[in-house]
Amino acid sequence: MIGYSVEKEYQGMIDAYEKAGGDKSALQSKDVAKLVIHENRVLSADSVKGLKIETKETKTGVNVNLLVEEGAKIPHPVHLCFGVLPKEGLQEIVFKVDAQNNSEVHVIAHCIFPSAVKVIHKMDADIEIGKNARFDYKETHYHGESGGIEVIPKARVKVGKGGVWQSTFALSQGLVGKLDYDFEVTCQEKAVAELIVKVYGRGSDDIKIWEKIYLNGAGARGLAKSRLVLGDKAKAEVRGETYGNAPYARGHVDCMELVNGTEAVARAIPIVSVTNGKAKVTHEAAIGSIDRKQIETLMARGLDEDEAVDVIVRGILR
Amino acid sequence: MLVVENLRLALNGKPIINDLSLHVGKGEIHGILGENGTGKTTIAYLIMGANNYKPTAGRILFEGQDIANLSVSQRAKKGITLAWQEPARVEGLTVRDYLTLSGNHHKINQIERHLWMVGMEPGQYLDRDIDATLSGGERKRIELASVLAMRPKLAILDEPDSGIDIVALPLILNGIVEMNRQGSSVLLITHSERVAEIAHRVSILCAGTIIRTGIPSATSQWFKDNCMICPHINEPADEIK
Repeated sequence: MIGYSVEKEYQGMIDAYEKAGGDKSALQSKDVAKLVIHENRVLSADSVKGLKIETKETKTGVNVNLLVEEGAKIPHPVHLCFGVLPKEGLQEIVFKVDAQNNSEVHVIAHCIFPSAVKVIHKMDADIEIGKNARFDYKETHYHGESGGIEVIPKARVKVGKGGVWQSTFALSQGLVGKLDYDFEVTCQEKAVAELIVKVYGRGSDDIKIWEKIYLNGAGARGLAKSRLVLGDKAKAEVRGETYGNAPYARGHVDCMELVNGTEAVARAIPIVSVTNGKAKVTHEAAIGSIDRKQIETLMARGLDEDEAVDVIVRGILR
Repeated sequence: MLVVENLRLALNGKPIINDLSLHVGKGEIHGILGENGTGKTTIAYLIMGANNYKPTAGRILFEGQDIANLSVSQRAKKGITLAWQEPARVEGLTVRDYLTLSGNHHKINQIERHLWMVGMEPGQYLDRDIDATLSGGERKRIELASVLAMRPKLAILDEPDSGIDIVALPLILNGIVEMNRQGSSVLLITHSERVAEIAHRVSILCAGTIIRTGIPSATSQWFKDNCMICPHINEPADEIK
């Protein structure tokens, strides 16, 4: 926003990143690939051998191209830090990933919006995972307590033969605001996709989760897992879809939504579909209050009821 | 230590516990022997205050204080705990965390010792979640380890042997004896005569009431001679009422 010098912005992002639990030293290491974006400004972008990060600032955000070269095994996790520090702002990230054959990388993304009153954060990702490549992506959000934020992450992921895509999206600090998560993964032969979402909704949070996995290659495997805890007047709808379209494809949809209180609303819509007689897709969905026996087990060890609930919630979202 | 007087519980109008009286002394392992459906678990819940069970009549005195209106936490803070027959699984809670909170933040070597006492190698279990990836027997042993970590004044163990294989059973029984040596009184609920052997006294439960109390050998024999062949399903015959 106006009034922020680049240096101050960078320091502000680093401070917020650290406050949110990020590893500040990783952002200062020369051996670590990293990218720090505040609103539509790239404050830091560092590649390492075998991994290139290219950026282009746009009016409302940044276009990011991430290339992991064929056969490259990136030894240290790549750190991405996206954020909007002022109360108002718009950040649109267009993210293209090309993880070439036999490459391996672990990406840790922190999305930081500590003061958001009227902030929109969008990510539109187009991701290609090559043959026998592995891409682990963990995105953790840190929001303030106003709830004035709209988060819209969308990704289309293609996983080549024998490739692995694992992603975890976690939003349990601060109010969610409005979340519209939409990830779709297509798996070729013997590819693996694992989508995990963990969200703690409170206040008037409005949460939509949509996970889709297409198992199009023989022996492909997929897991769409979601863990939500809802309190106050939060509402959530989780759609977990898995399509077994090839022989020996195996998929599972696993959704758990815990409602803590009387005004929160949870819905789960699992869709499992099989178009090949040798494919198998299963689902389980559990929605309801926190199991009384779990609470009493911890209470019987001396915890107060609130402490017991807190331990259970933290476990689910861990 | 624990005195239960004329306890009654009816659920949906059906009597479950009928005028039950029981006394567990300080330092005692007191066995409760009974067939399925006689009210063994219900007694455990009533004493712990679990499952929202509140006596319809009678008193539960712990160290002289009536605890019937205390919450589960309040009773635990007084030194009572319960190991469930089918322990809960909590996703994301590691064995290390569970034993740490049970032991009021014991040091790691103490936690490891409690796992060894129930025949579990700490290196294999400390960082595992107590979720569905554990077998029923493993979960039971972790439950017992958590009670050991807590060092309660009174441990209520609801069928600690169920789901335990024959190799692990002696370890479980040793763990209970060790718990008792460390100063815990134990209310040991079981339908196994072998488990009841480690008790100082055994009471036989039938239709929600204690029908006999005595030393383990004689009481177990009586149980074998009468209860195991009794045609009165959860309804004591007139001659033993």
